[in-house]
Amino acid sequence: MSEETPKSPPRIGVFVCHCGKNIGGVVDVPSVAKFAEGLPNVVFSTDNLYTCAEDGLTCIKDAVVKHNLNRVVVASCTPRTHAPLFMSAIEEAGLNQYLFEFVNIRDQCSWVHMKEPEKATKKAMILVEMGVRKASLLEALEEKEIAVEPSALVIGGGVAGMVAALGIADHGFQVHIVEREERLGGLIGNIEKVYPVKRAASSVISDLERAVRASPMIEVHTSSTVKDAKGYVGNYDVEIQNGGASTFHRIGAIIVATGATEFKPEGMYSYGEDGRILTQLELERQMREGKVDGVKSVAMIQCVAARGEKFTYCSKMCCSVAIKNAIELKTKQPAIDVSILYNDIQMPGEALEKVYTDAREMGIKFLRFPLKARPQVVADGGLAVRFFNESLGADDELRPDLVVLSAPLVPREGAKELSRMLKVPLGQDGFFFEAHVKLRPLDFATDGVYLCGTAHGPKGLQESISQAMGAASRALIPLSNGKVRGEAAVAFADEATCIGCGNCVKVCPYVAIDRVERNGRFVAVVNSALCKACGTCVPACPSGAMTQKSFTDSQLLEMVDAVSQEEA
Amino acid sequence: MADSVLVIGGGIAGIQAALNLADKGIHTYIVEKLPTIGGHMALLDKTFPTNDCSICILAPKLAECSNHDLIDILAYSEVLSVEGKEGAFKVKIKRKARYIDEEKCTGCEDCARSCPIKVSNEYNLGLNMRKAIYIPFPQSVPRIATIDASVCMHFTKGKCGVCKIKCGAGAVDYDQEDEIVELEVGSIIAASGFEVFDPKEMTEYGYGVYKDVVTSMEFERILCASGPTAGRITRPSDGKTPDRIVFVQCVGSRDPKHGRPYCSSVCCMHATKEAMLVREHDEHVETCILYTDLRAAGKGFFEYAERGKKDYGIKYIRAKPGRIVRDESSGELEVWYEDTATLKVSRMKAGMVVLATALVPSRSTAKLAETLGVELDEYGFFRSPDPLLRPVDTTRPGVFATGYCESPKDIPESVAQAGAAALRASRVVAGVTA
Repeated sequence: MSEETPKSPPRIGVFVCHCGKNIGGVVDVPSVAKFAEGLPNVVFSTDNLYTCAEDGLTCIKDAVVKHNLNRVVVASCTPRTHAPLFMSAIEEAGLNQYLFEFVNIRDQCSWVHMKEPEKATKKAMILVEMGVRKASLLEALEEKEIAVEPSALVIGGGVAGMVAALGIADHGFQVHIVEREERLGGLIGNIEKVYPVKRAASSVISDLERAVRASPMIEVHTSSTVKDAKGYVGNYDVEIQNGGASTFHRIGAIIVATGATEFKPEGMYSYGEDGRILTQLELERQMREGKVDGVKSVAMIQCVAARGEKFTYCSKMCCSVAIKNAIELKTKQPAIDVSILYNDIQMPGEALEKVYTDAREMGIKFLRFPLKARPQVVADGGLAVRFFNESLGADDELRPDLVVLSAPLVPREGAKELSRMLKVPLGQDGFFFEAHVKLRPLDFATDGVYLCGTAHGPKGLQESISQAMGAASRALIPLSNGKVRGEAAVAFADEATCIGCGNCVKVCPYVAIDRVERNGRFVAVVNSALCKACGTCVPACPSGAMTQKSFTDSQLLEMVDAVSQEEA
Repeated sequence: MADSVLVIGGGIAGIQAALNLADKGIHTYIVEKLPTIGGHMALLDKTFPTNDCSICILAPKLAECSNHDLIDILAYSEVLSVEGKEGAFKVKIKRKARYIDEEKCTGCEDCARSCPIKVSNEYNLGLNMRKAIYIPFPQSVPRIATIDASVCMHFTKGKCGVCKIKCGAGAVDYDQEDEIVELEVGSIIAASGFEVFDPKEMTEYGYGVYKDVVTSMEFERILCASGPTAGRITRPSDGKTPDRIVFVQCVGSRDPKHGRPYCSSVCCMHATKEAMLVREHDEHVETCILYTDLRAAGKGFFEYAERGKKDYGIKYIRAKPGRIVRDESSGELEVWYEDTATLKVSRMKAGMVVLATALVPSRSTAKLAETLGVELDEYGFFRSPDPLLRPVDTTRPGVFATGYCESPKDIPESVAQAGAAALRASRVVAGVTA
């Protein structure tokens, strides 16, 4: 990659994308491309049906060579998904990839002004002009290579954490598993059997634990927590605390596998008022201890606190847990009467649907209630479950010996703290929030940190295991390469003008700036590997020493000039 | 020890597995039977639960595969045989003749514009026409024309030749022959995806009889700006915008009698998304979803369906229709159903009906399994000897399966599981045994 900013005057190419009808159906794309031709320093302008398609990218690469372009502007969709694609295209054509400017005329024009095509077109022209004016001042930037420490940290020693750790260790990298409890196993350590494979949970855990303990590459830290994690992809300094003692480790990649726990529905459905009202997890314990052997009838209630009652979400696995426990009860005591009160049964896929069919064939009753009128549990000496039975179209009542509440999974305590420590977000539901719901389900937006299992949201064990293997695979990308390319468009402090006030150090959310002594005075120094290019430090700087590369004052003012000229 | 991996299937699962491997430094082949990679995701308009434009988020992945130094795409190709064992497979692949010199074709489509033959366009599920020489869709990778020799007049009647004349690059080569290539790979990942169950046999729904009864994948193309109606919601029979669209769930799914007993996993959310998009395109069109259980269990899915009800006015009725008939005088469809919440038999007029057809392993999967020497389960999905701890393993060491062909799942689950397959495969080429 060329690291030199071209010395010759700017020669800008503009590529305006139709995005099929997405942009072209509203914005007059050919007119925008024609307009761009007349802008200063523009030597080539065209429109493409899809600039991101192979022929669009070829069109850019060919134009760079043919017209000797030294800056490229693409007006299309969003840099969030497409900037890396266009940047690597101009790099292939021999340009420094930072000599590229993105103009978003989809979200900002054709989508928001769908009903006003003329105004949308006018706005697209203004935005393109702003992009072109900024592009004239773009500079080549250099990406630093960052070495990656060949070790990983897996936070959480449940099934997902162990599977992820084994996946990484298999490839020859050191792994530290940190588990808060005394033993490995997590939530699955509290259950009897795993469905739909019908395997003893204890054997799943012991198999995994044996492999983990046998691996010379895995160090297990039980009764331990991650006290601190500072750094960036490839280079985290991690403090693991066990009791009062701390150990310190250099870590290349981190996997969050902190899991989830069953919500205790205190104060709902008379839970806590009577020992015969249990959660599913409590039922499993009582079954293990033989405490339910004499019970003649059981009523299970689904969606407790979930799907809009207390939490907005569906906990995905409670239907399969309830049906599993119902089948286990029925298998042990065929005469037992088990009713499952539900709203929608969630048993997707092949194996689970089969379990659901088996349950019905065994005589387990499924009674549907509407979410608007959820069941009520009354402990009046006996137990009464009152609900609107949809298949009867009438109010109904059960008098079971035992009421079992299917309560949702909720994030583990400490998720918030961990999210702050690793600077990775939580969603509204309190579970960790991935980089992209569809295409990056196991990545965080922060490089070098990955997630899997129920820390990401409620799910069954099989899916958690697939995710754990997937997260290990993602973490192995920086680990196997031994290096990553750092972001180049970061903040920069000019030591000559810096007055060393430290304002930038205070406002930086990524702890990326240090105040250091140079020749008898203090100046700010940006750690480019930590900087996330948020730009917060720039307005905080009173002396004008701080610059956000690719968003310099002169570049931004040029854009403002372009837009204000239009207004006038 | 061969240090490459072969991925069979160029849908999102295969693409993601290949990128995961290649990004780790492992050379990977993608074999795709169609002329382009992209799979079903390339045919979707938007994706739930974010309503991201599907091709917009997929196209960069396609281009990444195409530009990756460590990925070789063999599109329009089929696996003929697999010999050897884990760590050292020898694979024979047929690269079907496109009758186009791949080096010369610029993807300009001058050939397609001049081609006189029009045939049903499978990329719009037969809702419009394509030419005998064609590029499936603008983001196709590789972006190379293909001659469909089964309909091209040069091959069927020995005349024409217009495309050869029009091609400025001199890329058309009628004499091209299928080519057999042999690859040595350490591991193989099958990602052969799904196809839509044909609902014709469920005659009560009138699919194939009434034009305005369509499958949910067909309707996806009708919603899509790059589809046959340019995203206008018009019905196939007369081009009118329907007053009401009724979505029927579990057509062939959860139905041991006619179709498959399993739940296809994605259709409830798929219908919810399509109904939302209908309302976004045209707020005057009513939407109603007739469902069995609303399977909205994934992350953010229940909230999405709630938004569908509250913000988009989608009506959800728990019912399975008994039959669909057409009122010949008005041309409108009538859906007869029993509402299981009110226990009443009712009928509803519908301008269009969208059938959420079961998704089944793609037709090529059975043959592929035979070639790979692995077992399938009773419904034709790849079988793992340990579905819990080794979900992507097959019955043959070194061969893995991921995505919908492993079991029904949505895009994020396919992407996550593709990583799992990449992990298992990279372990093989790294020489880890057991």
